[in-house]
Amino acid sequence: MTDVNIENPIIKVNDLRFFYPGDARAIHGVDIAFPEKQVTALIGPSGCGKSTLLRCFNRMNDLIDGSRVEGEVLLDGQNIYERNTDIIELRRRVGMVFQKSNPFPKSIYENVIYGLRIAGEKDKKLLDERVETSLKGAALWDEVKDRLHQSALGLSGGQMQRLCIARAIAVNPRVILMDEPCSALDPKSTARVEELIGELRDEFTIIIVTHNMQQAARVSDYTAFLFEGNLIEYGQTNELFVKPKNKQTEDYITGRFG
Amino acid sequence: MSKKTPSKFWSIGEPMVWLSSAALSITLLCAVVLLIVIITNGLGVFWPSQLELVELKDGQRLYGQLIQTETNHHETGLRRQYKIANRDLYGLDFRWIEESQISSVSYPDEIISLERQEYGDFYGTIQSIDKVEGKSFATDLDGLNRALEIVSHELDGLSELDDKLKDLAYEMEQLRLKDLKYAYKGLSESDSRRAEILQERSAMQQEFSELLVVQSSRTQKIREAKVLFADANGKQKDIVLADIVQAYAPNQMSRGEKLFFYGHKIVELVSGQPRESNTEGGLFPAIFGTVMLIFVMSIFSFPLGVIAAIYLREYAKDGPLVRIVRIAVNNLAGIPSIVYGIFGLGFFVYGIGHAIDTLFFPERLPTPTFGTGGLLWASLTLALLTVPVVIVSTEEALGAIPREMREGSYALGATKFQTLVKILLPMASPGILTGLILAMARAAGEVAPLMITGVVKLAPALPIDGNFPFFHLDRKFMHLGFHIYDIGFQSPNVEAAKPMVFVTTFLLVLIVLIMSSVAIRLRNKMKKRYTFGTF
Repeated sequence: MTDVNIENPIIKVNDLRFFYPGDARAIHGVDIAFPEKQVTALIGPSGCGKSTLLRCFNRMNDLIDGSRVEGEVLLDGQNIYERNTDIIELRRRVGMVFQKSNPFPKSIYENVIYGLRIAGEKDKKLLDERVETSLKGAALWDEVKDRLHQSALGLSGGQMQRLCIARAIAVNPRVILMDEPCSALDPKSTARVEELIGELRDEFTIIIVTHNMQQAARVSDYTAFLFEGNLIEYGQTNELFVKPKNKQTEDYITGRFG
Repeated sequence: MSKKTPSKFWSIGEPMVWLSSAALSITLLCAVVLLIVIITNGLGVFWPSQLELVELKDGQRLYGQLIQTETNHHETGLRRQYKIANRDLYGLDFRWIEESQISSVSYPDEIISLERQEYGDFYGTIQSIDKVEGKSFATDLDGLNRALEIVSHELDGLSELDDKLKDLAYEMEQLRLKDLKYAYKGLSESDSRRAEILQERSAMQQEFSELLVVQSSRTQKIREAKVLFADANGKQKDIVLADIVQAYAPNQMSRGEKLFFYGHKIVELVSGQPRESNTEGGLFPAIFGTVMLIFVMSIFSFPLGVIAAIYLREYAKDGPLVRIVRIAVNNLAGIPSIVYGIFGLGFFVYGIGHAIDTLFFPERLPTPTFGTGGLLWASLTLALLTVPVVIVSTEEALGAIPREMREGSYALGATKFQTLVKILLPMASPGILTGLILAMARAAGEVAPLMITGVVKLAPALPIDGNFPFFHLDRKFMHLGFHIYDIGFQSPNVEAAKPMVFVTTFLLVLIVLIMSSVAIRLRNKMKKRYTFGTF
């Protein structure tokens, strides 16, 4: 299945199985490794478990009562499903951007520093600095620098999504998970976010779930194709899209199903 | 084509639209009619209407204010209802007169209307005024008013004396209770502390009785000054000047003067003390009691309801137990309020109140301190009654927050508690406030549970005053809702009390309106902030 050898992976998944309440299995033993400071895309038809897999990496699935995880996910060699894992700390190291942009009903400034505030950071100078670097990192600074203290709900859809990215990078995570970040955006905003992903690659490891194959081809270095809870094929993007080794992968990326 | 029209008519749903608009109109109409009835009857009460001199065919004459005209029982003509006042002369304030009996009606300027401390109003003409402090007065309204001014000055001095007496009585009561405490602890009467108290008390008693003598002699002196009035038939009546609250001649008043008089009466209504078994005078203690009750109720019910709802929605694991609790909470809102009243009486008053008394005030027993109805127990009872409303609306508000908000917060490393405090509660605040508004409106309108947990017809003192500890939540209190019931149905002179019933109702509606509009404004501000993003 895995056709690439990832050296020093930042996240390594060993035989991961996930069950929704009532023992409904969504992921059937996935092994995958994610390279550091690269963009990896997870593609596959609806219901194939790619979002579920993504949410296993910051234990977002813990919020679902009655769900169960087997296998292990190693972040920097440490299994995050161990009993003594500090989930708060984990989520600070693995940030997440959601499909529907979800800025809090607070000012732009407060949104960006939310993660720092709840961690107890009070140094005004550091906060100011972090707001600026994060917003610059999310390519939003020039648009909002004059209205930092106005509500974030007044931004456009694309701006909101970039604010969510700024919010995620403000806590300095190692990995950023993106769950179809552009599916609710217009083409122009999508292009900006994609451009941004390209820039963020220098500093962060990005794992992105997408429905859009062109997008996966454009932004990612590696691509994993999932189908019905199984990892079908995983490889460098340019190879996987040009000459897929698996028949199912080929059918999917050429648009014959899915 | 013509055949298709009716089916289209039904499919568009036109009749349904009519039905729903009709339902809304009927509801609105009922509410508006109710308000109009209350407002027209309530606001007209204090307007100084013209007084008529009615001459009857049998030679009788009377002064009166026309209340209404209607067809008589035999439908042979009209009959009029007059307010003839002078209860001490005629026994009745109102009289029906057949129009056919009336020979003439006129509006003489010299008819004077007196508002008195006792026996209601008096309509008549001035015959003579006694000398007050050696001064004599002209026998007209101006003269009477000047005499009244001097008398009211005297009365002010007397009421200062009255306050002093009240304070003394309060202090003596405190000393008595202290003494009781020492006695309960087993100190003998010869103990130095008890002896000291005894001495202090007897000194106070001395002062008290001296003041009492002064008071009664001064009262007697003031009450000596009288004014002689005559009714329409020339029947004479002495009226003590000190009993007159206000004298005016409505037939001489211009529109502006009437308006001024009206405003003055409204001010008296909201700031004055009740007179004549509550059918006259002001409503201040009742207004104060009502507002206080709602506030204290909110202080208990709001946090309790919100915290319970947070647990139910955010922390409790969904299961049969939680579902049962939820059903129970919803059903609590439907229990008749009198049941809450009885529960409050049994649990709070007799249970907790009595326990407090035996623990902290055993020396005063069997006289109860907290073991009797009071503001605190009434508020707690109402808090119980309104807590389901707060729980349900808080739960709904929390449930309506999109999942993405929670996830966004968790994904940034927030704990459940941080998410709750920083994101969920602010976002739910408009919904929570809606619950509070509903709870307050419901509490303001309740009377039944209050009647057995602490409301009284006439409270001797307000729940807040200058005596330590300033808030006396154990005291009994007055309430507008109970006031309506009391003067409307328990008053010996229902006809005379009727205007006051409408006024009280109007005030109660007004208070609910003011309180909820303040809360609604607050809610809209929150809503704007957390949903539309304007700061």
